[in-house]
Amino acid sequence: MSTPAQPLDPNATHAALAQDRFRVERSTHSSRVFALVLTLGMAVLAAAPWWGDPGTMQLITEMAYYLALAQLWNLLAGYAGLVSVGQQAFVGLGGYTLFAVTDWYGVHPLGGIVLAGLAAGIASVPIAMVVFRLRGAYFAVGTWVVAESLLLVFAQITRLGGGSGTSLTPQIVQSIAADRGVREMIVYWVALALVILVTGAVYILLRSRHGLALTAIRDSELASHSLGVDTYRTKLLVFVVTAVGTGLIGAFIFLQKLRISPEAAFSVNDWTVVVIFMVVIGGIGTLEGPIVGMLVYFALRELLADYGTWYLILLGVVAVLVMLKAREGLWGLIARRFNLQLFPVRRNLTRINPPR
Amino acid sequence: MNWYSILVQGTLLGGLYALFAIGLSLTFGIMRLVNIAHGDLITLSAFVALMAVDMLELHPLVSLAIVIPVMFGLGYLLQRGVLNFTLGGSILPPLLVTFGLSVIIQNVLLEGFGADMRRLNAGPIEIESVTLPGGVTVGLMPIIVFAIALVSLGGLQYLLYRTRLGRAFRAASDDPASAELMGINKNHLYALAMGLALIFTALAGVLFAMRTSVDPASGPIRLIFAFEAIIIGGLGSLWGTLIGGIVLGIAQSIGAAFSVQWQILAGHVAFLVILLVKPDGLFPRIKD
Repeated sequence: MSTPAQPLDPNATHAALAQDRFRVERSTHSSRVFALVLTLGMAVLAAAPWWGDPGTMQLITEMAYYLALAQLWNLLAGYAGLVSVGQQAFVGLGGYTLFAVTDWYGVHPLGGIVLAGLAAGIASVPIAMVVFRLRGAYFAVGTWVVAESLLLVFAQITRLGGGSGTSLTPQIVQSIAADRGVREMIVYWVALALVILVTGAVYILLRSRHGLALTAIRDSELASHSLGVDTYRTKLLVFVVTAVGTGLIGAFIFLQKLRISPEAAFSVNDWTVVVIFMVVIGGIGTLEGPIVGMLVYFALRELLADYGTWYLILLGVVAVLVMLKAREGLWGLIARRFNLQLFPVRRNLTRINPPR
Repeated sequence: MNWYSILVQGTLLGGLYALFAIGLSLTFGIMRLVNIAHGDLITLSAFVALMAVDMLELHPLVSLAIVIPVMFGLGYLLQRGVLNFTLGGSILPPLLVTFGLSVIIQNVLLEGFGADMRRLNAGPIEIESVTLPGGVTVGLMPIIVFAIALVSLGGLQYLLYRTRLGRAFRAASDDPASAELMGINKNHLYALAMGLALIFTALAGVLFAMRTSVDPASGPIRLIFAFEAIIIGGLGSLWGTLIGGIVLGIAQSIGAAFSVQWQILAGHVAFLVILLVKPDGLFPRIKD
């Protein structure tokens, strides 16, 4: 080319595209550094049985499953726009499936976790058929009604302990490992594996073709629909995937607690309220946000451990302020200030041979 | 099982549920705001009444003279100071802000009053009963509650369709931008709407606490009942909300006739079935 191309000249840009002088970048410098840090960090965490006491491992376990729940809720609400207040339905279904299949059919508890994920996924389809008829905030309360109904139904099942609940038998617990120390190690690693699995699955989904559709739906449902995104099917896919993940986590939570009751299994406060606060405070609609929010939640909870429910009040106030003043959350503020992207789900266009 | 009695009791219960629902329906109708903290504001009203009754030794019904202005003021300030800033864009901010408010109200009440169940004592009127034609005996209180629900709905209909303020509400609901061009101050108007909604919430809270006991955590299930009544009746339809409340009340009464544990579940099931067969409710008015 003889004339120097101006960057904003549409014809020149076209020509540049035609000559493949642009490249779609899927990772950033910060994300490559982060991947390394993350791998090292996970290795340190996986070694916790050798450096941490049981209390530390317990805390990391709890942080892991809460992070997984937060990633799933974020996928649902932050990307697909499905603001559910009823995810405890799948936590409870997962937990109860684990207790039922291990007790009734002698399934190994780790196999029971997998079955619990499947059961939650299967149950999510008819649930979606009903709640997808509601929009926006009404969808939120609709999912809540479903969860409340399940609570009341499980309270009626006497074989699962009815309203007072049931415990895992010692035989089932010992089938994980006879030795208590080994068992605690296995449970801990399962927690880490689950959070990696869930975060990885969400990450891969967002980087896929469906992820592009989801990001489009997040930014404008109407516009994405008019450009040919099948919003109903994409949302259904996300709802089912989230249910499977939430069911897996639910089964794990109650395997680790050894005891289940309808009130605990279908608790809106424990499995949804707290999770929503984490995502909102950290930054909804990003993969990094739930991590930041989870850390803030646990920091506040541990700091205010002696003051009853004040940490919940404080979390509520912070969440309200974030929604009013900084909708992209804490992570959004950090990311904008330092131009960071740790989980690269975007596509960046870069010029490879700039015009002379 | 006495079906006639179940129908009558369920209908009267539906009056209370309609009262729960009016405020929620009003804020949705005027500013498309679904207030997740609605149930907790009902509970808060009950606790304001409890304080007034304790401190001033009033009859619960007289305490309404305090509870109603307090809740109206709170609603006005809440809308003007917080909720107005969440409107107009994505559904997430109003939903999540009211969700946060719900958790704040519940836990502040818990810190302030403890988790005990409390009740407003209405005195001898509580045990008065009336025998209806057909031989069914019903309490006087449920009849009064039902009558208040009817008067509230009638009053709201008059306000919305026969007054200047009502015209402004409807204008802002139909087209907020044009309404503003006609000189309507949207922020003030929305705040008035929330204040008005909380007047009904105050009524619902006080009457509810006279009927059953309340504790700081009893808000969410009231929100769910209100929501079920609205969806069954059809979004935005005033009298539909009453019918929705009655359908819910009857479903719960039928459930309760089998077993106490089935009462609430029967209501949920009725709601989910209606959602399946008639997704827009029985008398739809607003297309969301």
